[in-house]
Amino acid sequence: MNKSVMLVGVGGQGTILTSKILAEGLLGAGYDVKMSEIHGMAQRGGSVTTHIKYGEKVNSPIINKGEADVLIAFEKVEALRYLCHLKAGGILIVSDHEIYSQSVLSGTEDYPQEIIESLTQAVERTIVLQAVKLAEQLGNIRTHNIVLLGVLVKALGLEQLDWVQVMKDLIPEKVLEANVKAFKTGLAV
Amino acid sequence: MKKFLTGNEAIARGAYEAGCLLAAAYPGTPSTEILENISQYSEIYSEWSPNEKVALEVASGASIAGSRALAAMKHVGLNVASDPMFTMAYTGVNGGLVVVNADDPGLHSSQNEQDNRLVAPHAKVLMLEPSDGQECLDFVKAAFALSEEFDSPVLFRVTTRVCHSKSIVEIGERVEAGIKPYVKDPAKYVMSPGNALKRHPVVEEKLLRAKDYSETCPFNRIEWGNRKIGIITSGISYQHAKEVFGEQASYLKLGMTYPLPEQKIRDFAAQVDTLYIIEENDPYLEQQVRSLGISCIGKERIPICGELNAEIVRRALLGETEPKTYQVSQKPTARPPVLCAGCPHRPLYVALKKLKDIVVTGDIGCYTLGMVPPLSMLDTVICMGAGISSGIGFEKVNRMAGRKEKIFGIMGDSTFFHSGITSLIDAVYSNSNMAIILLDNSTTAMTGHQENPGTGVNLMGQPAPVIDLVNVVKAVGVKPENIRIVDPYDLAETEKAVQEAYASQELFVVVTKQPCALMKDVQKKREGLYCYSDAEKCKKCKACLRTGCPAIAMKNGTIHIDKAQCNGCTLCQQVCKFDAIAKVGE
Repeated sequence: MNKSVMLVGVGGQGTILTSKILAEGLLGAGYDVKMSEIHGMAQRGGSVTTHIKYGEKVNSPIINKGEADVLIAFEKVEALRYLCHLKAGGILIVSDHEIYSQSVLSGTEDYPQEIIESLTQAVERTIVLQAVKLAEQLGNIRTHNIVLLGVLVKALGLEQLDWVQVMKDLIPEKVLEANVKAFKTGLAV
Repeated sequence: MKKFLTGNEAIARGAYEAGCLLAAAYPGTPSTEILENISQYSEIYSEWSPNEKVALEVASGASIAGSRALAAMKHVGLNVASDPMFTMAYTGVNGGLVVVNADDPGLHSSQNEQDNRLVAPHAKVLMLEPSDGQECLDFVKAAFALSEEFDSPVLFRVTTRVCHSKSIVEIGERVEAGIKPYVKDPAKYVMSPGNALKRHPVVEEKLLRAKDYSETCPFNRIEWGNRKIGIITSGISYQHAKEVFGEQASYLKLGMTYPLPEQKIRDFAAQVDTLYIIEENDPYLEQQVRSLGISCIGKERIPICGELNAEIVRRALLGETEPKTYQVSQKPTARPPVLCAGCPHRPLYVALKKLKDIVVTGDIGCYTLGMVPPLSMLDTVICMGAGISSGIGFEKVNRMAGRKEKIFGIMGDSTFFHSGITSLIDAVYSNSNMAIILLDNSTTAMTGHQENPGTGVNLMGQPAPVIDLVNVVKAVGVKPENIRIVDPYDLAETEKAVQEAYASQELFVVVTKQPCALMKDVQKKREGLYCYSDAEKCKKCKACLRTGCPAIAMKNGTIHIDKAQCNGCTLCQQVCKFDAIAKVGE
């Protein structure tokens, strides 16, 4: 059976690096993997999504509505936006973090309240974490994406793969240690 | 060796392995990364051409001179390059010529959703359509050989999901194709009416041969499964079809989609009970199948508009209802892309917003985002160049109608080199009195900072002559007294120039010069610069918020400027009437 993981966030949050590490780890484990990104104007504050599908043989690279085994949101409103992609019985991982869009900044729309409460109530298997705060406590706020990767790897039951080696290949030497620390923190959540 | 590659990376690798010696393109989503990747191979001369027409012409010259050559572009780029494309079908090639065309179903980053498969029969060139990364690599290599065998450019048609999806690709070694001798042959390469008339039957004969080839070629294959359902499909649609039907159907998977294998289609159709045509956007395959007198089910069930996926196919053909998922009551707030914090385009729009009675004809680039509230400044955006040229026509009719609005045409530097120069020539030649704003941020920003003729560097990273935009403006005849060059970070200066343009009775050009805020060296230079708001002085007039800067927010009744995003452009400080915003750093 193929598995589908959807990573969603806002341009600049590091979703693409996270996806890359996950995909490389899966490839190393011998899976057929397809990864599809939509990031046309991501640098300009838009929402970013990555679809990763893996298994024996993957055809379509797109994860449709109700198909994601795991939906991992790096930002709360993005969790709302893509919730419909989560499979019934799937796992939702959401970072309790807010990034305001232009409409919220200028006051024409309000940032939705009590997102976490609603999500936890609706989805049986929801994992909420303060990824940004955890990363900040670890000393490098930018590693929040790797904290989330740790949580994701655990949710997928892929802890046995050599993720540290994959990170060595994809993350610059000087921030590697901080990222490995972040990954382990995520695994322990 | 196996690699995990996007379709674009695989196309680049395929061109390299095929012995391609020259590649040219103008950046455009989703095709941009093809040339970015090709430029990493030192064996291939690669260039960002000013536009797609130039790119294809450069490639055509290389082909006639005897080398394998490639041009890449997004779908609307092929509109620009159609002129050489259609006539290259007549001249044919010497070295193989591959034209990569990337369509954008779903308009992830485009101004229309045209289906360029229809171009192949119109231009009378062969067409290949890969479905994944491996086929991108294999088909590109085959495309060069086919181009030489059939003496025709090959249209290599991909879509966003093929370009931007990664899959496992077995890569190989480069095989040098060398440079063929060039033999002068005006009857083949000089398309005067008399010569072209004689070439047309050659083109038709070539297509007949290609059709025979299409019947037996390895790109058009049948995968037998359950014969109750037969599916004819191509490109990414094949993947969606396989996902939905698996072994429960048989497939005619078409990789060469022009000319189509008519007999193969007839044979396949005859052996299945129900025939589905699964394709994205236009009924290209379906119309061909129907023209053979074969009944099938296609666009009456599968929508023409938008990107296709397995769920749409499932619902359309299997009648499945919405899949089970979750719902909550909160609605996500919209998150459209916006001009970045510190974007040098923003002050220009803030200056323009003060003017009443203006019509703004926009263009393609980051500055298209000037349409987004609260700026909301654009009246039209059509295609590259139209920011100036459509303004010319608008102004003429405004005059006839006795309307008073001033026309402002907006365009960036890369777009100016792409299509703006000829438009500007017309503005001069037609005695237009519109105002033109050229936003020079020294890069092709929207597609991710590609070099252009104004940046002094080429795609291969070598120093190149700088084409000075202002000199071009002067050279085509805009009066020097009607040209202003401003630093957009100086709002007063920008406003003054815009107001002079507004008041002028003659063609007026304002050039704003400030590099894109996202460029690495700019970010480095401006590191540590930021603005902050003084809550005691702030009167909450929201003038700063109305600039639409994403770094500025009203939080709990006070203005907050996000230090991480702010680059200290000081636009907010300059619009603040109460001296409540200050800047840190020099």
